[in-house]
Amino acid sequence: MAKKIGKKTRTPMPCEDAATRRRTFGEVALGYPVDLAVEEAVRCIECKNQPCIDGCPVEVDIPRFVQQVAVRDFEGAFRTLSEKNVLPAICGRVCPQEEQCEAKCTLGVRFEPVAIGRLERFVADWAASTGLTNTSNGHPPTGRKVAVVGSGPSGLTVAADLARLGHEVTVFEALHKPGGVLMYGIPEFRLPKAIVEREIGALEALGVEIKVNHVIGRTFTIDELFVELGFDAVFIGTGAGLPHFPNIPGINLIGVYSANEYLTRSNLMKAYRFPEVDTPVVRGRRVAVIGGGNTAMDAVRTALRLGAERAYLVYRRSRSEMPARKEEIEHAEEEGVGIVLLTAPVEIIGDERRRVKQMRCIRMELGEPDASGRRRPLPKPGSEFLLDVDTVVFAVGQGANPLIRSTTPDLHTNQWGYIVADPETGATEKRGVFAGGDIVTGGATVISAMGAGRRAARAIDQYLSSPLPDGY
Amino acid sequence: MHPILSREVLAPDVVRLWVEAPTIARKRRPGQFVIVRISDAGERIPLTIADADPDIGAIALVVQGVGKTTRMLNAMEAGEALLDVVGPLGRPTRIEPKQRVCCIGGGIGAAVVYPLARGFKAADGHVTAIVGARTRALVILEHEIRHVSDRCVVSTDDGTYGRPGLVTDALRALIDAGAAFDEVVAVGPLPMMRAVCEVTRPIGLRTTVSLNPIMVDGTGMCGGCRVTVNGEPKFVCVDGPEFDGHRVDFAELAARLTAFREQEIEAAARYQPAAATAR
Ligand SMILES: Cc1cc2nc3c(=O)[nH]c(=O)nc-3n(C[C@H](O)[C@H](O)[C@H](O)COP(=O)(O)OP(=O)(O)OC[C@H]3O[C@@H](n4cnc5c(N)ncnc54)[C@H](O)[C@@H]3O)c2cc1C
Ligand SMILES: Cc1cc2nc3c(=O)[nH]c(=O)nc-3n(C[C@H](O)[C@H](O)[C@H](O)COP(=O)(O)OP(=O)(O)OC[C@H]3O[C@@H](n4cnc5c(N)ncnc54)[C@H](O)[C@@H]3O)c2cc1C
Ligand code: SF4
Ligand code: SF4
Ligand code: FES
Repeated sequence: MAKKIGKKTRTPMPCEDAATRRRTFGEVALGYPVDLAVEEAVRCIECKNQPCIDGCPVEVDIPRFVQQVAVRDFEGAFRTLSEKNVLPAICGRVCPQEEQCEAKCTLGVRFEPVAIGRLERFVADWAASTGLTNTSNGHPPTGRKVAVVGSGPSGLTVAADLARLGHEVTVFEALHKPGGVLMYGIPEFRLPKAIVEREIGALEALGVEIKVNHVIGRTFTIDELFVELGFDAVFIGTGAGLPHFPNIPGINLIGVYSANEYLTRSNLMKAYRFPEVDTPVVRGRRVAVIGGGNTAMDAVRTALRLGAERAYLVYRRSRSEMPARKEEIEHAEEEGVGIVLLTAPVEIIGDERRRVKQMRCIRMELGEPDASGRRRPLPKPGSEFLLDVDTVVFAVGQGANPLIRSTTPDLHTNQWGYIVADPETGATEKRGVFAGGDIVTGGATVISAMGAGRRAARAIDQYLSSPLPDGY
Repeated sequence: MHPILSREVLAPDVVRLWVEAPTIARKRRPGQFVIVRISDAGERIPLTIADADPDIGAIALVVQGVGKTTRMLNAMEAGEALLDVVGPLGRPTRIEPKQRVCCIGGGIGAAVVYPLARGFKAADGHVTAIVGARTRALVILEHEIRHVSDRCVVSTDDGTYGRPGLVTDALRALIDAGAAFDEVVAVGPLPMMRAVCEVTRPIGLRTTVSLNPIMVDGTGMCGGCRVTVNGEPKFVCVDGPEFDGHRVDFAELAARLTAFREQEIEAAARYQPAAATAR
């Protein structure tokens, strides 16, 4: 029986104030203290259909864990959560909850939905503070070996699920630290790297082996994983890491970066601490970031923290089409980011040393909807103007990295280079090879990549337990 | 961790390190490189695989101290270890059988040219090598390169050793004397590679160069290593490092290499005192 509706609005989460945080890399959102978490959890009316669960790609038993928080059984809440979600402290921070679990919440129909993401974050952080970790369910070893390529959220989920089923899992990661976008892309102020390391550490405790500095397609090809190293199945979760640059003059001037390079230098290599660390990043005084998604928001807010006097976000459509999370757009504006809408760059202009000096832009207006259903931006003739900038960062989407495709001829890819895989099982056309996450769908979300990992793990387990066909 | 098995000084500020990396030693092909990181606060820097010994599971790196990281590497002793070594990266050199090639190595470029010359030789090619340096003390790997080539010319800019003059003078002399080449492979400082291309362009002689832009990941993820080849953007770490030299926009690459000049000077200056006390 559903209980009575209590408070109609959600409990706000404390945040570092904008003036302080805009110059530091400390976390912006501070999380609920115990009492606020309980206050928020009590709002769940335990409705009968529990639509929130359908909104979560990894099927967290939301009503159950929220109830456990409400009665202060935090340990129980953590067990419930971690049954389905191997990276709860991460998801609680970066999931687009407002479009997923919270979008479906019954309470949200008339009032504000339960703040499921914030509660998830609370439970995971509480568990970490008390040293509680995820445990294996003690499945006996099966003797089957699975290779996971890429240590982003999809790969980590596959690895955890298969390890719990007793398979021997090795994750191969190209960079020197695991985590994928969680490590190199999303900045410290939104997702502290210590938390990523902590959740990955919990996976290693399940028996997953992570081999960094292994570029598949170079160090080993996919075929060599089977033939040379004796793996029984392979999961490819290499993400959509190929940066796009627009076809305009000036993109190779000094001071023009892809968001990937800008963020990798700052996050993975910690260039914001230069010269304490060796990797530099140019500290632009006037920075323009091109794009309107989460990546663009992260880049422009990083620019401020690297000391920019002016940081602009230049987006070619209007505010309502921006793909970034609303909360992130608000945070960016509070911190002083100048959002320049309906504008696109047409040329980047350099000085005699080939350093960026200005960007020529053009105003846009919205025409008919395009294939994506969003109204197509069209340039307004005669509306060009110059913006004085010394750094330009492009966050205009990513493509599929060609390394694995070009070294695995029998792996099917589509016209954009993404791997063709069954959305239900992740199975590719190549025997024993599964794929999921951004390398299949194109840039999406942490939780959708994890969902793909979960489904692929199920399919791989089935594949490994079915008898081998003749002649194999 | 990747222990350094041995260290030898080849020239002032140039050392050869043999580093344990068994998988890479087995997999690498001529023309490929690795990215290394010395320590947790360290930068990722690309270095060519100058040689490999699959039996002992080690690769050779020839390092020229030009800035903080390369100087730190140069100062490391056998027994110390590199934190990260990833590779082999980049596309291997295209080695067709029975090629008549002229392999030109300028300065540290000789370290890159050596495995290439050996590769061409192993494919029944006819190899002419030109090893150049500013002055006698900076000529490296002469003995090794001579060993894998049919003809080897050493030249120094100041005439202290071998043929006096630039490597381009040596190349021009060979061509004028009637040497026939299917291909020239040139590796060295940018101005040198560019000058070689200007010698070979008028006579339509195919010229391959190995580019050395600033890199971060080496997997095609950041785009920092992009260069313009034939008017199109290319990522050197995955599409290269070798390209048709006649189509490379050298001026752009030269400029991009100065992107972090100020920070490099700062880092190098901060390194000096520490290095002095370490010795
Ligand atoms: C800046 C930024 C901010 C974002 N913010 C959010 C957000 O707030 N919320 C959200 O839900 N989503 C966000 N996203 C999207 C989300 O991060 C991705 O959808 C998700 O990480 C995809 O996971 P994945 O497992 O497919 O791959 P990735 O996270 O991309 O990881 C792939 C890994 O594979 C490795 N790899 C690649 N090729 C090879 C190879 N050949 N051999 C070995 N390893 C290889 C890579 O180095 C990488 O570590 C953001 C993305 C970016 C770039
Ligand atoms: C594919 C490739 C193969 C290479 N092989 C060798 C080799 O075998 N031996 C060798 O001594 N050097 C090699 N280099 C160059 C070497 O990587 C740089 O000298 C080194 O990164 C400089 O780092 P630093 O901190 O010592 O100097 P810094 O002070 O950082 O820079 C000194 C100069 O080196 C260049 N540079 C800086 N960072 C990088 C970077 N990440 N990648 C490339 N160049 C950079 C800059 O133009 C700068 O002017 C290679 C480079 C590439 C791209
Ligand atoms: S994992 Fe994401 S979608 Fe699922 S319950 Fe948590 S916040 Fe919601
Ligand atoms: S939909 Fe909302 S109210 Fe209903 S169970 Fe889920 S969280 Fe509670
Ligand atoms: S080094 Fe990053 S793409 Fe080449």
